[in-house]
Amino acid sequence: MTSADYLPILILILIAAPFAGIAILLPSVLGPKNPNRMKQEAIESGMIPFADARRRFPVQYYMVAVLFIIFDIEVIFLFPWAVSLNQLKIFGLIEMGVFLGILLIGYLYVWKKGAFEWE
Amino acid sequence: MPLLFAALALIALVGAAGVLLSRNPVYSALSLLLNFVAFAVMYVMLSAQFLGVVQIIVYAGAIVVLFLFVVMLIGGNLPALGRGRRAYVRAAGVILAALFLLALLFGLARPLPNGLAAVGAPDGGSVQALGLALYVDHIVPFELASILLLTAMLGGIVLARRYQAPPKD
Repeated sequence: MTSADYLPILILILIAAPFAGIAILLPSVLGPKNPNRMKQEAIESGMIPFADARRRFPVQYYMVAVLFIIFDIEVIFLFPWAVSLNQLKIFGLIEMGVFLGILLIGYLYVWKKGAFEWE
Repeated sequence: MPLLFAALALIALVGAAGVLLSRNPVYSALSLLLNFVAFAVMYVMLSAQFLGVVQIIVYAGAIVVLFLFVVMLIGGNLPALGRGRRAYVRAAGVILAALFLLALLFGLARPLPNGLAAVGAPDGGSVQALGLALYVDHIVPFELASILLLTAMLGGIVLARRYQAPPKD
């Protein structure tokens, strides 16, 4: 893979971005507007908002973000491994088994601690 | 290619300016996303494809999510954020920015250190080349990275989880 092979992705972005932009802008220009108080609620026909959404959230949410980042980094290690697995053969498989085995300990610990459960 | 680079540089600059100029911290984080994506395309143009992918997955994905979570935790509605900024804070900002520019120029002026030949090699930044380097030549650091991630996982749990007192009986 050279950089030139990525050209189709760039062309896709160049086509998709204006398409998304038009899809957002055009209805606001052409669509009818009859606002009333009920329609302007944050979630129409949903729960009635009881406070401003931009307030401080419990630290529990941060736990989700931290775990997401850690598993994200794991994925980054898996990506080049998967691409070059043909050359690495069985050695690569064992190697990644050790890597994931160590992380599995952490995963089980986190699970047992109940971090995935909502308090 | 120079035209594409110029367009990307412009997008990156617009994103960076958006980070600094937005009053709403959520808009700042989203502007940062624009900046990161422009840089990812630049990395691919410089044939550092893996870096480009990492830029998208880790920076545009995880880091921006982390920023947004921090905004959530401290409360997104901060009218006091832009006000009451004192003169010495601005002065400190200017001095730090100047120092950073100086460090950047110093780093750019020096020749590349040894050991970067593999990076400079044609296709050295491709995902496959990096995979072979990481999983054959540098196997010990790779396995140690898993222990680093394990530590980070446990640290996150210890810091963010509410302590529950053991039941008394």
